[in-house]
Amino acid sequence: MNARALILAILLPLSAQAQGFAGLGQTTDGYTLPRRGENLAFPRDHGAHPEFRIEWWYLTANLTGADGRDYGIQWTLFRSALAPGNPGEGWQTAQAWMGHAGLTTPGGHFHAERLGRGGTGQAGVTTDPFAAWIDEWRMDSRAAPGSDPYAALGLTASGTEFAYALTLDAQGPLVLHGDRGYSVKSDRGNASYYYSQPFYRVTGTLTLPDGPVEVTGEAWLDREWSSQPLAADQQGWDWVSLHLAGGDKLMAFRLRAEDGDYTTGTWIAPDGTATPLAPGSVTFEPRATVRVAGREIPVHWRIALPERGLDVIIEAVQDAAWMDTTVAYWEGPVTISGSHQGRGYLEMTGYD
Amino acid sequence: MRRTALSALLSHWRRHPLQLASLLMGLALATALWSGVQAINAEARASYDRAAQVLGQDQLESLAAADGQRLPQEVFVALRRAGWLVSPLVEGRWSHAGRSVQVYGIDPFTAPAGALPPPVSESGEITDFITSPGLAFGAPETVAELDGAEGLPRLAAAEGIAPGMLIMDIGIAQALMRAEGQVSRLLLAPDQPLGRTPLEQVAPGLERRAPQETADVAELTGSFHLNLTAFGFLSFAVGLFIVHSAIGLAFEQRRPMFRTLRALGLPLRTLVGLLAVEVMLLALVAGLIGIGLGYVIAAALLPDVAATLRGLYGATLSGSLSLRPEWWLGGLAIALVGAGVAAAQSLWRLWRLPLLAPAQPRAWAMASARGFAGLAALAAGLAVVAVIAGVYGRGIVGGFVLLGALLLSAALALPGALALALAGAERLARRALPQWFWADTRQQLPGLSLALMALMLALSANIGVGTMVASFRITFTKWLDQRLPSELYVTARTEEEATRLRAWLEPQVDALLPIWRVEGPVLGQTAEIYGVADHRTYSDNWPMLLADPDVWARLARAEGAIVNEQLWRREGLSLGDPVPLPGGAVRPLVGVYSDYGNPRGQVIIGVADLVAQFPDLDRRRHAIRTDPAAVADLRTALVQDFGLPADNMIDQQAVKDISLKVFERTFAVTAALNVLTMGVAGFAMFTSLLTLSSMRLPQLAPVWALGLTRAALARLELIRAMLLAALTMMLAVPVGLILAWVLLAVVNVAAFGWRLPMHVFPADWLWLAVLALAAGGLAAAWPAWRLARIEPATLVKVFADER
Repeated sequence: MNARALILAILLPLSAQAQGFAGLGQTTDGYTLPRRGENLAFPRDHGAHPEFRIEWWYLTANLTGADGRDYGIQWTLFRSALAPGNPGEGWQTAQAWMGHAGLTTPGGHFHAERLGRGGTGQAGVTTDPFAAWIDEWRMDSRAAPGSDPYAALGLTASGTEFAYALTLDAQGPLVLHGDRGYSVKSDRGNASYYYSQPFYRVTGTLTLPDGPVEVTGEAWLDREWSSQPLAADQQGWDWVSLHLAGGDKLMAFRLRAEDGDYTTGTWIAPDGTATPLAPGSVTFEPRATVRVAGREIPVHWRIALPERGLDVIIEAVQDAAWMDTTVAYWEGPVTISGSHQGRGYLEMTGYD
Repeated sequence: MRRTALSALLSHWRRHPLQLASLLMGLALATALWSGVQAINAEARASYDRAAQVLGQDQLESLAAADGQRLPQEVFVALRRAGWLVSPLVEGRWSHAGRSVQVYGIDPFTAPAGALPPPVSESGEITDFITSPGLAFGAPETVAELDGAEGLPRLAAAEGIAPGMLIMDIGIAQALMRAEGQVSRLLLAPDQPLGRTPLEQVAPGLERRAPQETADVAELTGSFHLNLTAFGFLSFAVGLFIVHSAIGLAFEQRRPMFRTLRALGLPLRTLVGLLAVEVMLLALVAGLIGIGLGYVIAAALLPDVAATLRGLYGATLSGSLSLRPEWWLGGLAIALVGAGVAAAQSLWRLWRLPLLAPAQPRAWAMASARGFAGLAALAAGLAVVAVIAGVYGRGIVGGFVLLGALLLSAALALPGALALALAGAERLARRALPQWFWADTRQQLPGLSLALMALMLALSANIGVGTMVASFRITFTKWLDQRLPSELYVTARTEEEATRLRAWLEPQVDALLPIWRVEGPVLGQTAEIYGVADHRTYSDNWPMLLADPDVWARLARAEGAIVNEQLWRREGLSLGDPVPLPGGAVRPLVGVYSDYGNPRGQVIIGVADLVAQFPDLDRRRHAIRTDPAAVADLRTALVQDFGLPADNMIDQQAVKDISLKVFERTFAVTAALNVLTMGVAGFAMFTSLLTLSSMRLPQLAPVWALGLTRAALARLELIRAMLLAALTMMLAVPVGLILAWVLLAVVNVAAFGWRLPMHVFPADWLWLAVLALAAGGLAAAWPAWRLARIEPATLVKVFADER
């Protein structure tokens, strides 16, 4: 799920306890709700859905530098409606945007955040041609005319100490999660629309304090929108996207609640065939925690999916991949060992 | 021993409660005036600082258009998308129906960390904040003042916001300011991301500005506060005269006690130490009283000061006074320092006193002719300083050095001058009694000289300031008549309405004169640039100080600019010098006009010239020339036929009244301080006479024994006091006139940038003379009454006492 809906905490006074992490369990009066059986259509659904309360374009990449080291980057654009019905224009547009960028190296972690509102041109998403941006951070389509706009992307972001500029080429099709893109998030029916492009080959340059590094690797783009993706008592989640040696990919998450966790995910074959996992079939077991930003964060996991013969240990490339943003969370690259080899991304929210 | 000694020393005050009271009162009054003025200044500074801190502007750099005009908001978006972390700000003044407030429109999404005012960042009402009708945060008093004002967003009171300002979302503020799509400035975040496109490629024509460490207004009002400080200091100095005389007297009277204590074995060091402790205790008590009084004075004056600052400079002060620790600690310190200065001489004398010096009190401070000569030399030295400051001094500090040296020099010269006058009178006297009277007056002079100096200072300050204020009033009233020739002033609500209004008015009135202006940097400081129509109104009335003969024609042909006196003096311009306008155009200077009451520089060019350079300017204000008798009908027609709200027009008389009111309030504070200073001086005289009266019995007793009745003696005492006051007044007149000249020609020019012609008002001096006589008479009344009722036995005892 990538339900990393980090809504602008300054914008929505929230009680995380009562309304799920970052207000994602808030009520939805006036907003559109996802419906099962609705067919997603592209390129239309690559664009924004202002009638839904929250939405994101979320890209993570596992990279290898010319220096042989492992790197990871994150590029995220969140949209949050401040009022239902998309009222107002110009400065009064009730659409708030937030960008997060992260760059993880074996030696450290950089992050940056941007806020802006729709209606002035400072941030937004267009579909033709596809572009998502906030300030100078951009995700642009470079796909040939007639092909899916996500087939090729350019990606840039920068902070005070880092920058990156990457080119992404999709080697496979879009993947719909859940029931044709309808992804259930709790036993009570909370859900979102959720699809991915997990097949990117990446080349580009990272700019680090020590100088530029040429990189290659693989990337995973998640698209998700909803109005109440979490149940009110869900406090956070642990989510992974794994590129397995051999070409299979796994997206799996665990939503933590007081009365029991909710786990599910999608198994993606090398040709893009997606198989939703039955709730509870994938297990998450924290193995070790480290102290990051004053909290105990599990950066070492055992994840098992018996039906696919998968039993792996995942470990953070950099324990301190803490996104100290308006809404703070852990997000960083991981290595995979055990029954399968490979690398991927781990996200953990709600560890207070 | 020490305790015994201290109780012996303190017993003096028990036996002389009046002396104690005058010491405490003098020090308390001095501290009160000083600390009252400081409290007002501190309050003002705090208000300015809070205003400067809005959105961290005191720490953040900003980007603004080189011509000072607003920028299109697309520049903000373009910069953000080029990697510049900037946050837009739209500023302006909202006024309606006599209420006015500074509006700040901000963008909470992009505001740099820590720059958002806490009420905004802590508010949970972001949706209300950014969407119509919006939510505006202001100080509680500002919100209360604006209660019920139409057209404003919903108001929320929040602590910590400077008064007179509203903070709201940029979108709401743009609509309120009619500045849709425009921003005033862009705040630069301190940390910028890597790889930004160079500024000149993204937004050419922007200037990078340093953080505003002080608000503009703090600089503008600096001279006003210096004025207040100078007055506070003057009062403090006058108060110190009282303290000095009271302490000196107490030391002299206790000489026998000192001798006895020393003879009993009290070391000199301990004695001096004890006396220093005593002075310190007294200073602390008096300081506390003074701070209390100062608070009362400041609280009473603050509304007038606030009104002045708002009217004159557009600076808003908090209307309530807060008790800042630095303020009352400062008050106590100045009381201690003052008492220390006043006691230093006495302690020094005691230190050098021979152990068994005669215990007899010399009639206190009987300075000899040599003493007067010393004072006169000092006075001459200070006069030289004053002349040097007058010739070479620059700016307001030079002006105040000149003032201070002049006043002190005059005060120090006073005893000598009085002694000369009295000696002359004595030589003219033929009969015994007048001869005795003059000689005795002269003999009293040393004891009274400090009080007379205080009176002299107060009187000359009064004459000087009074002359300045009255001169200013005459000039200002005449100038208003010239400056406001139009019968009616109207402001349309929108540009569209303004166009209709022009078409509607044109056939009905003699002339419709635009009052269009922009603000922008001129020669390094923000100035107003007005455009004038080519009309007789200006050539007939405008108060020019100097001008080319065809000045108005040249303005109309866009071949020149005229500037106000302030700008002209500040930059030392001459006719023909280039005047660079915001945006790059340059016009030669063709004239200078007087512009009283305006703290800023101002430039006037032809209206067509202005429109050509600033096509987007606000064109909603106009002045109307018409038959004065037709104004009432025109107003009615504007409201009923055209539909302009009555609030959007103001007639000539109303503008004049407002201007005069601002003027009156400006000097209300000065006048109040003036009266208080007079009061302090009168009190000084009273205490001096009182203390002298008890010491003068040895001199009076022989005269009484020779047959003069007690009533006659008392009458002479009264006459003597009034005579001295009158003589002091005569000397104060020339000093006051010099003071007025310095204020008008030096201090005003430095402080405000304009020079005023001086007018003299002898009738006012007469009143002041009466006041001075009354002060002298009143001060002498109680001692004289006591003398009239004194027991003859007391007088007889003078001859019997073995002293």
